Amino acid sequence: MYVAVKGGEKAIDNAHALLAEERRGDTDVPELSLAQIKSQMGLAVDRVMGEGSLYDPDLGALAIKQAMGDLVEAVFLLRAYRTTLPRFAVSTPVDTAAMTIRRRISATFKDLPGGQVLGPTFDYTHRLLDFALAEDRTEGKESAQNTAEGDGAAMAGPMPRVTDLLGREGLVERETGSEAATATDTPAADLTREPLGFPAGRDLRLQNLARADEGFLLALGYSTQRGYGRTHPFAGEIRMGEVAVEIVPEELGFAIEIGDITVTECQMINQFAGSATEPPQFTRGYGLVFGRSERKSMSMALVDRSLRARELGEDIVAPAQDEEFVLYHSDNVEAQGFVQHLKLPHYVDFQSELVLVRALREEAEARRREAAE
Amino acid sequence: MTAPATAQDSGYNFAYLDEQTKRMVRRAILKAVAIPGHQVPFGSREMPLPYGWGTGGIQVTASIIGLADVLKVIDQGADDTTNAVSIRRFFARTAGIATTEKTEDATVIQTRHRIPEMNLRDDQIIVYQVPIPEPLRWLEARETETRKMHGLADYGVMHVKLYEDIAKYGHIETSYDYPVLINGRYLMSPSPIPKFDNPKMHEMGALQLFGAGREKRIYAIPPYTRVESLDFEDHPFQVQTWGAVCAICGDGESFLDEVITDDQGGSMYICSDTDHCGRRVVAGHKGPGGPEEST
Repeated sequence: MYVAVKGGEKAIDNAHALLAEERRGDTDVPELSLAQIKSQMGLAVDRVMGEGSLYDPDLGALAIKQAMGDLVEAVFLLRAYRTTLPRFAVSTPVDTAAMTIRRRISATFKDLPGGQVLGPTFDYTHRLLDFALAEDRTEGKESAQNTAEGDGAAMAGPMPRVTDLLGREGLVERETGSEAATATDTPAADLTREPLGFPAGRDLRLQNLARADEGFLLALGYSTQRGYGRTHPFAGEIRMGEVAVEIVPEELGFAIEIGDITVTECQMINQFAGSATEPPQFTRGYGLVFGRSERKSMSMALVDRSLRARELGEDIVAPAQDEEFVLYHSDNVEAQGFVQHLKLPHYVDFQSELVLVRALREEAEARRREAAE
Repeated sequence: MTAPATAQDSGYNFAYLDEQTKRMVRRAILKAVAIPGHQVPFGSREMPLPYGWGTGGIQVTASIIGLADVLKVIDQGADDTTNAVSIRRFFARTAGIATTEKTEDATVIQTRHRIPEMNLRDDQIIVYQVPIPEPLRWLEARETETRKMHGLADYGVMHVKLYEDIAKYGHIETSYDYPVLINGRYLMSPSPIPKFDNPKMHEMGALQLFGAGREKRIYAIPPYTRVESLDFEDHPFQVQTWGAVCAICGDGESFLDEVITDDQGGSMYICSDTDHCGRRVVAGHKGPGGPEEST
């Protein structure tokens, strides 16, 4: 008797064994350590932490190793771990003005208090493959002249944000969110606890964008620059560095620092708007991402500004302005799961369609014969 | 085949989810049962299985299952498809509960795309995995709009769609995920089960729960509830027929899967419900066999 393909149990076990073998690769090559991934593929770890929305470089590195460098798969691993963690506190808003700066640039002013700090950036590198990197170099042979001087050192102390400088003159809209966020009676929305609801508040939108797929945000942000919901953006300021995370334990009643995290913040300054009650002023788009993720924080700021179309009385005509479209499709863990579920068997549904199509064709054939007679 | 309860993986809570989350899911289920066919939003969690692979169903099952339960998991009607195996293992591992392939022995049945051929009893619960819970989604992409339409029971657009099908093809061209009206009020997606299975939902003894993890919705049909497949007086609802019987057990009444046997157009039909088919074989029924009689 012919038997249809069976034996799922054994097939799954074998597939897992093959995967483990493939992950390890050639055993003559030493195995990657988490320390190597963490220190030498830091931008990958940052992306995985950001989209996985869990700040833990060790687990980020582990996820990348386990996922064989597939970053979306690594994000998924981190998310599935994150969901099991207890929440013991909500932090106070981080103060990015008090950031220990590693990079800080403004495209709107030539010079400004605190100065422009280029920091570690790809921006002015020539994208020529550096064949020197291809050679195995032994420990300690790193050339000394490559060591950064002066500028590279982190700058401590407050460095005012460009938007705050403009805000003093009333040229840029005031952010009202900060007051609401500190008030305990209006906790910030959390889409990992409550499902998305519409219309979505800006807190919910920003959370969604901070976790969103970088490629998706990049394309959407780009589309606004090409005319699909134009917002006339200027990169008011981009800063990257370490900020302190503070919580207020109930039993203490005052804030204590629980650690530092690296973040990248982008403040876009966009086309102005005025009204009967408000004089003309610039509007803002905001991006804040874990780690060194400049491209993503800029894309996030562009899309944040576009999603404020309703609030600012602009016509909603482009995908980047449509909050249902953006927020429902930004999450790569959701998207990759649903796209790839097409691999699961659909025999039954397909059979149903086959039966229907055959019936329709038979009817059409009968009609054709009838007409011919 | 029934596997007895085993030791549970100790690193996680019973059935993976923490108790707070289970309570939240149960609240959503209770609300869903109280408003049959209405989609209740819930705080769906990230699961260690991908979205689209049954995370909604898994969360519902995890929230209702207890130590004394016996779980059956099917995909496409079969217990041994890879995803069914994977989900059954997940619960055997995280909850240490007994699992079975026998429909009559199960207290909870999680399913994707089918309802077992056997009538379910009122001491059983069937949990459906749902990809897109909104029956109006293909007609209106916006959640804000479809929620309004449900609120007003404004389902004209669906009737128009079915009418246009008939005008164009002479038939309603929906063969699975065929929309149903629950208790005369809410239009509901039965999940992508073939319309062949729709009549089984009507007045079913078992509690029917639907979980959509990615879309973060739960809905339910309480036992013995009216479930009507939409139709017209002159175009009554009909289910698929094959004009063939199962090659293994000879059944001509069950849902049949087509299995392609060669590249000359040869094929045979077998029951999609493997438990149903196996039971008939044990009872002495025999089918014509496949075109290629081999091992």
